[in-house]
Amino acid sequence: MTDAPASAAAPRRIAVPQKLLAFASLIVLLVFFSVASPNFLQTSNILAILQATAVNGVLAIGVTMIIITGGIDLSIGTLMTFCAVTAGVILTFWGLPLPLGVLGAIGMGAFCGLVSGTLVSRMNIPPFIATLGMMLILKGLSLVVSGTKPIYFNDTPSYPEIAQGSLIGDLIPAVPVPNAVLILFLLAALMGWVLNRTVLGRYCFAIGSNEEAVRLSGVDTRWWKTAIYVLGGAICGVAGLIISSRLNSAQPALGLGYELDAIAAVVIGGTSLAGGRGSILGTVIGALIMAVLLNGLRILSVAQEWQTVVTGLIIIAAVYLDMFRRGKAAG
Amino acid sequence: MIARRSLFGVIGAAALLAGASFAQAQEMYIPLISKGFQHQFWQAVKAGADKGAAEFGVEVTFEGPDNETQVDRQIDMLAAALAKKPAAIGFAALDSQAAIPLLRQAQEAGIPVIAFDSGVESDIPVATASTDNLAAAALAADKMAELIGGAGKVALVVHDQTSRTGIDRRDGFVNQVEAKYPDIEIVDIQYGAGDQLQSTEIAKAILTANPDLKGMFGGNEGSAIGVVNAVTELGRSDVVVIGYDSGTAQKAAIRDGRMAGAITQNPIGIGYETVKAAVAAAKGETVEKNIDTGFYWYDKTNIDAPEIAAVLYD
Repeated sequence: MTDAPASAAAPRRIAVPQKLLAFASLIVLLVFFSVASPNFLQTSNILAILQATAVNGVLAIGVTMIIITGGIDLSIGTLMTFCAVTAGVILTFWGLPLPLGVLGAIGMGAFCGLVSGTLVSRMNIPPFIATLGMMLILKGLSLVVSGTKPIYFNDTPSYPEIAQGSLIGDLIPAVPVPNAVLILFLLAALMGWVLNRTVLGRYCFAIGSNEEAVRLSGVDTRWWKTAIYVLGGAICGVAGLIISSRLNSAQPALGLGYELDAIAAVVIGGTSLAGGRGSILGTVIGALIMAVLLNGLRILSVAQEWQTVVTGLIIIAAVYLDMFRRGKAAG
Repeated sequence: MIARRSLFGVIGAAALLAGASFAQAQEMYIPLISKGFQHQFWQAVKAGADKGAAEFGVEVTFEGPDNETQVDRQIDMLAAALAKKPAAIGFAALDSQAAIPLLRQAQEAGIPVIAFDSGVESDIPVATASTDNLAAAALAADKMAELIGGAGKVALVVHDQTSRTGIDRRDGFVNQVEAKYPDIEIVDIQYGAGDQLQSTEIAKAILTANPDLKGMFGGNEGSAIGVVNAVTELGRSDVVVIGYDSGTAQKAAIRDGRMAGAITQNPIGIGYETVKAAVAAAKGETVEKNIDTGFYWYDKTNIDAPEIAAVLYD
């Protein structure tokens, strides 16, 4: 296991062991909680964990590519909310059909991603600042557009089906996996393919490793970076659809703080905040670890204060172990 | 490599062992899913629930999201609570509609639901333990009228215009003034999200715009502190301030005269009555549909009286 310095040529090879590490941790947690409480390993609880993973997992997938380019997006939580509110406006205020609401939410996400991407790549505003600004703008706009009240989807009876229905359950009644989870895994497969098999994915790693070198070799890095933010924004739109479908309402005040949970899932999954290294599979496992941990602690009736402490410890431990492994291998 | 990988899990496992022992207890288990956790008000509700747990010999857990916007987090907490096959559940909904699928699940599993604080807008809960906020805010209006001599301009700073408590406290105050005190004029009602700083700024703006303002009512702990801060910063000690709930800062303001007095709910009673009703419902006994947990007026004269001190929190 030789560990080369992160470079565009070897991102996938390096990412594999961390994925194994994260996966092993997930298994350890699952085994531990199953032994500790008979209530943990039952179908309804496993489905509850998957359901709880869906929103954070989708947001984390969206921000993974952005982080691999060496950027960050702090606006994903409030963008998710703004997309949900957009769906609410289209479906409930305007009374338009469901497909338009779905397209509108994803389209709004992509548009806001375009704004963030332009701020970062064309106007050279540091991603942290640009997306911090977007985070606040979108939080405010969600409140303005909704009139600070939740928008309910009572006029669109099929809306809750997006997340709460179960296409798998319709085919195989024994495994009623909610659509939210199906969407998460399909999206993960799609984005894994984009990251590993397309030009966009290749430039993603390359820009994260050495943007200047990529630019000097004649690639329009600004264009590609913007495209990655657009894609991330569209994925926030998907998250907005899932959360509002699950709650049967667009909750305009929600969303702040969700970006940090998503970033935590990305980091636990072995993606480097320095850019150039990471994977979608790792991110999904990271999101699962967070959901399993929180659910398991609740099942064990651990006091809420301590749940927060343990979650923090796990994040630090995950990153430290990753650094330790890489540092040792290099030296 | 193997050792290092499993170390990750071991860290988590070690941190959890303490919790694991609790889970094996065989007593009746009642989770309370609240609207919040960190606020002193919720900690007082938790204290009341713990008191009930000790008295009735049941296991109670108390959880709530970090802030009152995180509807989906609350739903996840409810889902985890249901997985533990509880005898009954106490629930204070952030958004009743969002929780309906899980509440139905509880109903189908024969788990009685007791709503508390602002309650749950549904017919699923067998009982609701809460403060009559309309009546409590009307009492605040009566006290305001008494203190400003029944005439003059007053203003309200409330936490929000969407939650049940925000609406009821505003309407309780406003309706009482309109019905009983024709000489009192309500010049402004603003909303500060219960945030102290935001409420301070709002209250300062109202005071600046109305130099002849005689009184202000703050609709919850954060709003009330905000009003006190504004009055202090602008040196307007002539303005009568009436607050809501308690907390260290509010109690201090009442003791040193910056605040005339406040309405306190009985958070300890809310927690206690919720557990009491949950135990009764789990045993199949009939419980009262609406449990009024009470409220009190307190000021400098009675803040240390035993029956008041017992329901105030720091």
